[in-house]
Parts: sequence; C-alpha cells; structure tokens
Amino acid sequence: MNILPIILLDGITFASWLFLVSAGITFIFGVLRILNVAHGSLYAIGAYVGATFIIRFAGQEQHSWLTLPLLLLAAIVVGLTLGPLIERLFLRRVYGKDEVIGLLTTFALFLILEDVVRLIWGIEPYLVEGPFRLLGRVRIAGIAFAVYPFLLTIIAILAGLLLWFIIHHTWFGRQVTCVITDREMAGALGINVPRIDLMAFALGTFLAALGGAFTAPMMSVEPGMGLSVIVLAFAVVGIGGLGSIGGAALGCTIVGLARATAIQLFPEIELFVIYALMVAVLLWRPQGLFGAIELRKI
Amino acid sequence: MSEITTSPSLPLAVIAAFAVMAVLPLFLSDWIVFLIALALAKGAVVLGVVLLLRGGLISFGHALYFATGAYTVGFLANRFGIGEALVALPLAIIISAVAAAALGVLLTRFRGIYFAMLSLALSMILYTVLIKFYDFSGGTDGLSVRGFTLAGVTSADPALVQYYLVLVLTAAVVYVGARFLASPLGYLMQAVRYNEIRIEYLGASASHAILASYVVSGAVSGLGGALVAYLVGHVSPELAFWVSSGDFVFVAVLGGTGSVFAPLVGSIAFEFVKNYALKFSPNTWQLTLGVFLLLVIYFQPQGLWTLFTRLRVKPRWLRR
Amino acid sequence: MIGVQNVSRAFDMLRAVDDVSLSVDEGETVGIIGTNGSGKTTLLNLITGYLQPTSGHIVFQGMDITGLGPQRITTLGVARSFQIPQVYAGLTVLDNVLIAIAAHSGRSADFWTPMYRRDCLITAEEVLARFGLRDQAMRTVSNLPEGGCKILDVALSVVLEPKVLLMDEPTSGVSARDKFSVMDTLMPELKEHRVTTIFVEHDLEIIERYAARAVAFDAGKIVADGPVADVLARPEVRRAVLGVN
Repeated sequence: MNILPIILLDGITFASWLFLVSAGITFIFGVLRILNVAHGSLYAIGAYVGATFIIRFAGQEQHSWLTLPLLLLAAIVVGLTLGPLIERLFLRRVYGKDEVIGLLTTFALFLILEDVVRLIWGIEPYLVEGPFRLLGRVRIAGIAFAVYPFLLTIIAILAGLLLWFIIHHTWFGRQVTCVITDREMAGALGINVPRIDLMAFALGTFLAALGGAFTAPMMSVEPGMGLSVIVLAFAVVGIGGLGSIGGAALGCTIVGLARATAIQLFPEIELFVIYALMVAVLLWRPQGLFGAIELRKI
Repeated sequence: MSEITTSPSLPLAVIAAFAVMAVLPLFLSDWIVFLIALALAKGAVVLGVVLLLRGGLISFGHALYFATGAYTVGFLANRFGIGEALVALPLAIIISAVAAAALGVLLTRFRGIYFAMLSLALSMILYTVLIKFYDFSGGTDGLSVRGFTLAGVTSADPALVQYYLVLVLTAAVVYVGARFLASPLGYLMQAVRYNEIRIEYLGASASHAILASYVVSGAVSGLGGALVAYLVGHVSPELAFWVSSGDFVFVAVLGGTGSVFAPLVGSIAFEFVKNYALKFSPNTWQLTLGVFLLLVIYFQPQGLWTLFTRLRVKPRWLRR
Repeated sequence: MIGVQNVSRAFDMLRAVDDVSLSVDEGETVGIIGTNGSGKTTLLNLITGYLQPTSGHIVFQGMDITGLGPQRITTLGVARSFQIPQVYAGLTVLDNVLIAIAAHSGRSADFWTPMYRRDCLITAEEVLARFGLRDQAMRTVSNLPEGGCKILDVALSVVLEPKVLLMDEPTSGVSARDKFSVMDTLMPELKEHRVTTIFVEHDLEIIERYAARAVAFDAGKIVADGPVADVLARPEVRRAVLGVN
C-alpha cells in the first residue's frame, strides 16, 4: 500500500523536528528540575537568528551551500549567549524551590521573549526558503519527497548521538549524570554544580535553537511560531518521561508516526491524537515511559 | 506563612465595593463597564485556579472549563436559538462540573509538574476538537452568541443587564469561594500542599479533597466562561488554547492565594493594563507581564495581595 | 487488641523485619527498643499500612488488616506519630490541630461551615494547653523548634482519640525540660482512657518510667519481650541494643 512509506517518512521527519526541542526540554529538566516553558521561544529565536544570518551573509545567494553552516552557527551563537544569560540571570534564583515555581519562572520568560522577538525582528514574517529549495526533491516509492526534511532527520540523529556520547563518554557527562541523580550529593562530592547547570542549560538552548534554525527554511519565520512547538514538546516529554532523552526520542517517534497515520487515515484527529496519546500513556504509567518513579519519604 | 483567611460573612469592605460597582454604569463609559464585567467573569476562572493553587497544584489547563462554559452558551444560542441565561448558565455550570469530575478522577492522581502538563494536554485536546470539527463547533470561525434574554425578557440594553448579572453572580461566587476557603476542606487543601502523608494518617483523603476542589473549580470556571460568551457575543477555539490558561495562571499567581478577592482585583487590573497596553505599545505588554511575574516570584511569592492585607483571624482566647 | 503474626518485610536483600510476631492487649503500654536500623520504624510502617509485608499478617481487634492503607487503618482507630514529625510546616500550630479535629469529626468533606468554629476552637485550645503549645498557637510550624514539632506531631495523633496509639521516638529532639512534662501529662491520660500504647524509644529512662513491657529489636528480629526491668537486664539485650559489654 502506498501510504506506508508516506507514513513512515512523514512520521520520522516530524519526529526529528520535534526531537531537537524535546530533547532540550527533557535534558534541562533532568539536570535543573525546571520545565522550560520558554523553550519554544528559544526555538523561535534560533529560527530568527538563522534567518537573519542567511539574509545578511548569504544574501542573494540563498541557494548556496553556505547557508547550512550559517544555520548551525546561528544555533551555536544562541546557545552560547542566550543560554548562559537566562540561566544566570533568571533561573539561578529559583533552584531548590518547588518545581512549580520553576515552571512559572520560565512561563514569565516565555512572555518576555515573545515580545523581545517582536521588538527585535518586527511582526512581518521572514522567508528563507533557499536551503529548502537547494536540496531539491527525490522519488521514493513513486512519490516525490522534499530532501530537506531528511537533513533535519540526520541532524536530529546526530544530535541524539552527540548527546548520548557526551553523557556516557565524557567527564562532563559523568558529572551531569551525578547531578541528575542527586543534586545535593553531587555538590557534596565536589562537583561544580552551578557550572554544570550553566552548561546543561546552554546545551539545551543550543538544541532548541538548532531545531529552530534548521526549521526556518521550511516555514515562514514569524512571531508565535514557538507556541505550538512547546505544547507538542510537552506531550512528547510527558510520554517519554521527564528527564529521559531516550524517552524523548521514543516519544517523538510514537507521536510522529501516530500523527502521520492520522493524517492519512483520519485527518480530523491529527492534532487530537498527540494529546490523546499523552493522556493514554500517563494513565498507564504516571511517570511516562522512562520517567523516574518518585520515592516515598518516611 | 499561613494563608490568610476570611471569615464566612462578607466583610463590609466587600459589600461596599460591590455597591460602588453597582452604580458605576451611571458614571463610566460603556466600554469601561464592559471591561469590568469581562474582568469579573474571568476573575471567576482565576478563582478556580486559585482553589487548586492553594493545594500546590497548578492547572495550566483551566481554559478547558472556561471554553466548556462558553461553548455551552454558544451552542444553545447559535444552534438551538436559546439565548435565555437562566437556562444556559446553570447548564454551563453543570456540564463544567461533570467534566471536572470525570477528568478530575484522572488528574488527581498527579501532582506538581505532571499535573500541570496533563491539565494542559487535556485542554489542548478540547482545543483541537473545537478547531477540527467544524460542523460541531464552527471551527476556527467559532459561534456567534445572539439573543440574550434574562427570564424571558429581551432588554433594550443587554450590555447593562449583563453587567448586573455578572455582578450578582460574581458576588455569589465570592461568597461560595470565601466559605470554601474557610471550611475544613479549604484548609485540607492547604494541608495537601505541605504533607499528604499526615492527611492519610488523620484518616482523611488527599485525593478526595483535591477532587472536590477540582469540581468546584471547574464549575466556577465554566460559569465565568459562560458569562464571557454573553459579554463578548462570540466564542472561538482560542478560549481553550494554552495561552488562555496561562493568562488565568498569571493573574492567580500575581494576586496570590490569600483571599477570594485577590483573583477579582487582579483580573480587573489585568484587563485594564492589557487593554491600554495593547493600544499604546502592542509589542511590549507581554514583556511587562513577564517582568511583573518574575518580580512577584522572586520577591513576593505569596502574591501581591499580601502586600495590602495582613489579616489573620485570631480566635478570641488569643486576643487577650 | 493489635498484633503482627510472622510478619516479614524485605527490601531487596535486606530483611528489615524478619518473621516477627508480637501481640499487644488492650490498655497495655509497650516500649520498643533497639539500635538504629533494627526494624522498629519499619514495624510501625507495616502495622499502619504504609508498607505492605512480604509475608505475614497484621491483626487489629480480631480483624486481618493486612493490605489496608494508612487512611483506612487510622479511621479504624489506630493513630501514629512519627520519628520525623509529619506536620503542616507552612500552617500555624492552631491550624494543624484544627485540621486534625475536623478530620476526626468527619468534617473533612465539609466545604461550607467554617473551620474556626467555636466548639472546634475550644477543643483546640484544650489540646494545645495539654501539650504546652498554647502560647505557640499562632506560630507557623516551620518557625517552631524541633521539639515543638515533635510534640505537635504527637498531639495530632492524640486528637484522633485512637484505640491504639503508636509513637515513634516521641521525645527525641524534645528538650529535657519538656520531655517529662509532656509524657507525665500524656501517659496517665492514655492509661485512663485505656488506649493501647506502643512507643519506640532510645531514651531508656522514658521506657523505664512509662512502659510496663519492653520489646527489644535487633537486626529485624525480636530478641526479648517481657517486663521492662527483666528485658533491660538481659545480657543479649544489653549487648545488642545498649552496646554494653
């Protein structure tokens, strides 16, 4: 049947797009215990900076291969500047407090960033389709697919592998694992927890910005583009379990495939299916698929 | 700090406030009167959020009940031609309460972040349903709400009648809310926030307390939504979007959980600031809100209301 | 009245409670001693339903209550105070007591009548006076010294007018001055109402003064069970529990 390849490919590309943002959110939550509502805004800023870089440096030649490294650069810039700035200025004050306080803080940040974007870039959409058109189309199973989304998939996979490598095979990753397991003990063991926090948040920001930057060629970059991403990402991390990157990957895949199936077979429930899945999973496993169970206290 | 309590009978100040609001239409423009009514109706939803916030539960999905109430009014008016408030409003309350009871059974298993996320997901489910099922809900166009009548009477100035309707109902909600917060269940909700284990070891049930609060919360929010539907004359899926829930949470946190009036006062302040900020500087009003919220979180976590009142009911034997 | 039969509880490889049987009659006052980690708190957790035994039964008034949770068991008449006080830290002392009173009188579903009701306040005042907390009534619990929290925790469980009262280290963290004054008021009152009292203690003076029977724990098992003086004189108890050679 012809729809199977469509479902698979459509699902995987959607999952890849979502993975970059979700991985960032779940990773940040694991380390900092804060659910970052502003992550969608970071994604949007990544898109805006990416678009700006392309327009300024690739100019008329939006079709050149230069645009791709520019997008990567945009993500790095955002991750290295905005990430530490936010963590230092705003989040540091609410560590150790209720998770809900962290949620409210990042919600306030979301409000602020939404307007910052409007103030800096205005409300007119930016279109930087160059890279998208550059990569052209390919025929698979008799259907023409755009190649660009597969680039996103490759990037998502690379990002996932990079994260995995960092966490399991570097000194930084080892420390991060300690902090994720028990913040207080990690500090007592001599780990520089504030520095880990900063780097973790910067990494999470980079991932969101990466997702945004490489999404910029696929859609019009405009205010409010972070709004729908964030709720989808929440659904994914809810399914996968907060703090688990593997869970985020699995959650994205499930959500992507489910949505793609819905689009082909029952288009009306396309949006509905994602949230329904989240509710179903949480009903069955309240902590998500790979989430940590809260230990009792007495 | 122990939450501030209000005694069950409406203090004089509140009665005075409502009396003042009753005569405002004589002095103020129609637009401002409308804004106040809108703010009060939304204030009811914020109160719903506050009832749960007391228990340490933050609902990022209260737009669900807001929209449920609003669309009940919308359906009745648009699809069935029933604009009678005395039919639609009770129905909106009942449907919202039933929805809250059903969803509450699921939600009250969760706390903290998961409660917030799941409540958000549930409201987004309603949002997606409202958008996609055009025949049912009018899709993104929404439904217009016309033909408002009260006790069968179509008035020449429906906006004015609606204003007083909102005033009366808000007073009722305030009364119920005040009694609730001062009752054993209200205090038990506070206890939930601090120590669920102790609650079990007193022979009580945290889940039941939360569920009861959730149902009352949903009902009150549904009423707020229904009133907004009449005031604005239109319902659309945005009412259920998560940003809408975010607004309610924002006002709830800003006002704090200390008193039934904080949500109303906060809501009025919010509507007015939003209204004028949007006119003068549409690209900075969210920023201002965000900054305000941060200031409250960092420096006055119990909300701004506590800056003005330090009332605490003291029993007689302690006042000697 | 209340007891456990061949109850065991293991956490992976660790047998925290190992085939323990204990039976307490109505009105008895039993003191449980043992070093840290010997299973005393786990036993209380098992009796009150916070933990489920891996084998064995919990019995109360002839009924098998194994598998019931703390809420149900508390309503049956078994109250408990904790080693780490389980109180509402952000509320006032008075509010803590009022909530307990409301729960006990079945008003926990009441959302209409005020909590600050005359009769409840009078009862609360009595309770607070009994436990020496009357002056602290309006203080937020997080501002109380640890001893005050412990006393409040005990007070909350006593408010429930239980048939069986289990106390986990009721005087640990309480100042020397208050220890005896609270226990001197509390214990005779419990005796007068024929409340079956079981308490875990490290302070042997408290055990000697207030308990009639002592049960010694070591490594999850009971090593001695009998009149207080006898148990404390036994060499295996002195060695294992008191560390005396």
